[in-house]
Amino acid sequence: MNKIVANAEEATKDIKDGMTLMLGGFGLCGIPENCISQLVKMGVKDLTCISNNAGVDDFGLGLLLQKKQIKKMISSYVGENDEFERQMLSGELDVELIPQGTLAERCRAAGAGIPAFFTPAGYGTEVAEGKEVREFNGKPHILEHAFEADFAIVKAWKGDRNGNLIYKGTARNFNPMMAMAGKITIAEVEELVEPGELDPNFIHTPGIFVQRIFQGVNYEKRIEQRTVRQKE
Amino acid sequence: MALDKNGIAKRIAQELQDGWYVNLGIGIPTLVANYIPNDIEVEFQSENGILGMGAFPYEGEEDADLINAGKQTVTLVPGAALFDSATSFAMIRGRHVQLTVLGAMEVADNGDIANWKIPGRMVKGMGGAMDLVASAENIIVAMQHTNKKGESKLLKKCTLPLTGVGCVKKIVTDLAVLEVTPNDGFKLLERAPGVSVEEIVSKTEGRLIVDGDVPEMKID
Repeated sequence: MNKIVANAEEATKDIKDGMTLMLGGFGLCGIPENCISQLVKMGVKDLTCISNNAGVDDFGLGLLLQKKQIKKMISSYVGENDEFERQMLSGELDVELIPQGTLAERCRAAGAGIPAFFTPAGYGTEVAEGKEVREFNGKPHILEHAFEADFAIVKAWKGDRNGNLIYKGTARNFNPMMAMAGKITIAEVEELVEPGELDPNFIHTPGIFVQRIFQGVNYEKRIEQRTVRQKE
Repeated sequence: MALDKNGIAKRIAQELQDGWYVNLGIGIPTLVANYIPNDIEVEFQSENGILGMGAFPYEGEEDADLINAGKQTVTLVPGAALFDSATSFAMIRGRHVQLTVLGAMEVADNGDIANWKIPGRMVKGMGGAMDLVASAENIIVAMQHTNKKGESKLLKKCTLPLTGVGCVKKIVTDLAVLEVTPNDGFKLLERAPGVSVEEIVSKTEGRLIVDGDVPEMKID
């Protein structure tokens, strides 16, 4: 099945104001750089973005925040972004902070046909406010619901025309669950290869979850915290 | 004398047991990896998708696609495994990780912990902390005994928004090692070399059990 589109512009052409998007990545690792740039260029606004983090001031989702294109962020950790903090404290930006494991599972559940699940994470905290609590094995759990997203936008290392994806290192993170969860899933890859070149034993995301795929360009892959040791 | 950050990390490293999978939080907990006893084997889990996390890379060998949960560049040890975030939290929620070490702003004497939010001032988010504290079998908190104003961080009741309830088992501070008992508050197990019981009592706001002679920590 040929799911190849020319570029980010073609892949995102029907993303409209007010839509809900899932965007893969952990910090700046494994983020769909090409599609984010394209969304900035298109100027779509009032977006709800589901993403573990919100980028930094001048990269990743920070670029969309700068242009005030995001109405609501659903994330687990949003440090390292001053503009984000300013918009949140001033009330311009609606923010829902949720535990990281719950975020991952709400994506996975959405893709797996599980409407809701119970988790112990957040019990007894403000995260649990207004949610059903039930005890299992003597321990309280809270009810969490699967997400709904118009588009999931993920970044992989390699992919093929069928939409099969392989990620590299810790750039995998939220990408596989988000790929499962989008009504339409867009995958941008560093390298688009011919069918058969990816070993079926090592596919991370089977192509059935992906509707559009393209080879991205000019990946910056910025490092947020460069930590090194000296050779002895 | 009160311990420095490395001293706290060294004392926590003594708690590690052979065969354990361990998740280390950001800050002092990260330093624990530098002091693993030679005679045991442990593996570090990083919740962004690594089992078998190694040291920082040599200069010039950093890989943007290989970071830890603090977004720092890292390496893998031989035999490491990589996975997605749902699998990572299955390991955590499913209690496959034996020990979690994390920092805190406040701990209450019933084991409640607060470490993610100061209303109106600092709202960075909980990251994986709520999942970790809700499920880990063993949670050790690594922190200073008092805050920058000199106020106790070991309280009767947390004043900040909670991360988890009744979950902390042990606390290692610059002054002491304390256990959280189910009903009676903090129990003083050890004191930092040269630190008096009186000093620890005066700097602990929550209920504190001092039972007989309290030994000094043994740190090389």
